[in-house]
Amino acid sequence: MATIASDNRGLRLAVRYAVLILIAVIFIFPLIFMVMSSFKPDQQLLNDTGSFAAFLPVGDISLDNYADAFKRAPVGLFIFNSVLVTGVTVILSLLICSAAAFAFVFVDWRGRELVLTAILATLIVPFETIAIPLLLIASKLPWLGFDGLTFGWLNSYQVQIVPFIADGLTIFLFVQYFKDLPGELIEAARVEGASWGQVYRKVVMPLAGPVLATAAILKFLVMYNQYLWPLMVVQQEGYRPVMVGLQYFFQLNRAWGEIMAYLSLITVPVLAFYLFLQRAFIASIASTGVKG
Amino acid sequence: MASKFTRSNRVGWLMAGPAALLIAVFVVLPFIFAIGLSFTNQRLISPNPTEFVGLANYEQLLGIGVLTLEPERDAAGAVLRDADGAPKYPTLRSVTRNNPDFPQFAGMREWFSFQLGEHPTYVLARDVVFMKAIVNTFIFVIVVAPVQAGLALGLALLINQRLKGINLFRAIYFMPVVVSIVVVSLLWRFIYDGSSGLLNNLLAALSFGALPRIDWLGEPSTALGAIIAMSIWQAVGFHMVIWLSGLQTISPTLYEAAAIEGSSKWQVFRYVTWPGLRNTAVLILIVITMQAFALFSQIDVMTGGGPLDSTQTIVFQAVERGYGKQDISGGSTISVILFVIVFSISLIQRYLTREKQ
Repeated sequence: MATIASDNRGLRLAVRYAVLILIAVIFIFPLIFMVMSSFKPDQQLLNDTGSFAAFLPVGDISLDNYADAFKRAPVGLFIFNSVLVTGVTVILSLLICSAAAFAFVFVDWRGRELVLTAILATLIVPFETIAIPLLLIASKLPWLGFDGLTFGWLNSYQVQIVPFIADGLTIFLFVQYFKDLPGELIEAARVEGASWGQVYRKVVMPLAGPVLATAAILKFLVMYNQYLWPLMVVQQEGYRPVMVGLQYFFQLNRAWGEIMAYLSLITVPVLAFYLFLQRAFIASIASTGVKG
Repeated sequence: MASKFTRSNRVGWLMAGPAALLIAVFVVLPFIFAIGLSFTNQRLISPNPTEFVGLANYEQLLGIGVLTLEPERDAAGAVLRDADGAPKYPTLRSVTRNNPDFPQFAGMREWFSFQLGEHPTYVLARDVVFMKAIVNTFIFVIVVAPVQAGLALGLALLINQRLKGINLFRAIYFMPVVVSIVVVSLLWRFIYDGSSGLLNNLLAALSFGALPRIDWLGEPSTALGAIIAMSIWQAVGFHMVIWLSGLQTISPTLYEAAAIEGSSKWQVFRYVTWPGLRNTAVLILIVITMQAFALFSQIDVMTGGGPLDSTQTIVFQAVERGYGKQDISGGSTISVILFVIVFSISLIQRYLTREKQ
């Protein structure tokens, strides 16, 4: 009897794992196909799609596609642009949104409730519904740069950065987190004579690690994967980020091996980063759902 | 905790000011602009001054008319018939072009037609492509919202088991969320390819070559479905994680109580799990709906709205006009229409899913 029961349990466990693995295959096969194809010459890549060879590093394997991709388009420049825009936006966003949330939670000031309500109300406005008028506004805004005062932000870094620094979701996440911190701690620091700047830097921010990670990861995903906005505001190659560069790259030629190499180049580092910080990534998405 | 130590108008505005200003300029202002510009003929660059045009943009986009054609008659009033005896109808063009009897149909084109009674009825639209875009977007939302939410819940329940290595599976299911939708769309172009696509090869292998090869993105009947399937594949992990965090807020004591009562698996789900997920369900439905209405990147990379406008969407039309044709007012009008749709639907969803006291 005992053996039959345990066999039964073993079988059920096997079925469970079989289901889990089958679903995992569905989610992962295009990514494996992408990476494996990036090592293959075009003809072999196409032939391999008829068999499991599509997912295996077999045949004429080389890094030629990567070398050719760099020759074909300024891939390094695109990656640099994306990393710059993403990095600067994430850092400024963390600073400005955390400061705002600090003011909303810990400081008493006139207009606090009204401004916070207005900011949270913007959560129901999808970016896609303001993109077109924003394009008009961006084409007219002034900028004080190295060449003095100029008008029009099209084809620049700032047009990709400044509109995305402050957003309702990031401020919301910080506000939620700060509300759970003990308010007495902040008041005590004030009573003892700490300036507001010191309270922000020395008391609150050292406790904000988890929410900083969450906000940074969400902003990183949004910024690195930007497509619609840079498509409209960046025509010059010099400021083009990776996702728009990709579309351009694709129209330029149908060398599939090179396209797969480019896709792998801009995706695999993000995937590696994700797998390394997997728990933090998933926790950050989960926190967007709390008390929403 | 209002005290003299925490009160400071200056510090409050100083710290919240930058964020408030940025949101005012880059979210609130364009939102107000969208509404204002939709009543003008503003272009991105134009030598002519902008003019107020009233509701013309809305009429141009949303104007529709229904027309039942009467057969042509001779001087005596008898119906004219062609060689096969079928009644002869005037052409649509004779009605919609310079016909003083039907000023309301001027400039319209056929959207679709049907025959209820004796004579054919035509539904005309001033902008047929935009009408198709609205219909396609609604189809996308109506399919994606329940299917994606349901699959995500299934995955969350699957992942919520205590099994060795379950975190690895969770990490894999979530992986496509991290990958740009643009990259995903390009990869899936390869999967859906008509000649050497992976999907066709797989179906051919499974059916021993019996199934015909289909150009999934090239056929009007399959293109939107193909994009729907891919979109769900890419985003389902996101909502799986949100369901999962909802599942983990349900108190384990409830499950223990259900186990003591000897409840079946379905009963546990129906009476313990599902009621505990109520707020999560509302949130997920609203988030998916909002995301689905914004459908753009997949279309731009995979089909460009084709074939035969079968994958046109509202945002794709807004961008094609506002950016492609530099018609800011037309693009803004579409944006306003989109916002009104999204806002009304989320209100309806909130109403339907409200707590019944």
